Amino acid sequence: MSASVEELKALESPVVVDARGVSCPGPILAAKKQIGGVPVGNVMQVLATDSGTLKDIPAWCKKMGHEYLGSFEEAGSINLFLRKAK
Amino acid sequence: MSKKTIIVFSGEYDRLMAAFIIANGAAAMDDEVTMFFTFWGLSALRKDGKPAAVGKKTSTLQKMFGGMLPKNAEKLPLSKFNFAGAGRGMMKKVMKDENVMTVAELIETAQEQGIKMIACTMSMDVLGIAKEELIDGIEYAGVATYLGEADESNVNLFI
Repeated sequence: MSASVEELKALESPVVVDARGVSCPGPILAAKKQIGGVPVGNVMQVLATDSGTLKDIPAWCKKMGHEYLGSFEEAGSINLFLRKAK
Repeated sequence: MSKKTIIVFSGEYDRLMAAFIIANGAAAMDDEVTMFFTFWGLSALRKDGKPAAVGKKTSTLQKMFGGMLPKNAEKLPLSKFNFAGAGRGMMKKVMKDENVMTVAELIETAQEQGIKMIACTMSMDVLGIAKEELIDGIEYAGVATYLGEADESNVNLFI
């Protein structure tokens, strides 16, 4: 289901959530806070450094009904992408 | 949307962290969360500073309990390696360096997220804790209220 790094990099993310440096449950709290401002069908990008987010953001998406698109790591940051479904 | 209920019986800093991280995580996943604070867990809800004049008469024993309990969430001991508070201080230092939220911050976030917090009035009486000593925005109830909430919940934890 995961898109390639190139595909993820090509996505337009109007909302970027910067959760770098914060630990659990910070990244999902930040995602929850910002998702409201994302139009349905658009992509949200989450930046994180806590390695747990690699599992947590997909789990959060599954629970919330959003489409998890994939992730890549670059320059010490984890970049996670999801599409708001509803 | 589903519902989670958590009974917070313990009054240790690390256990409270676990309870509030789970509660906040669930709320961030759109779950309704109710936390029921009983016995030692009530210490986490105490306000900083001197308790306001207590309207209700309390016995000497109740006053003793009240005086011995931690004054607020950040004064709770660790369940292990507390060393009269030194261990907690060290853990908080590491937490700060690692950007981990403190219990006080987790409680604030829980309130922002609309997590329902209920203080057990029976334990409040036993421990000599008055409503004036606890943080604002919480509810007061007993076992039937908790059980009613737990009936609607699909995860129930006792911490």
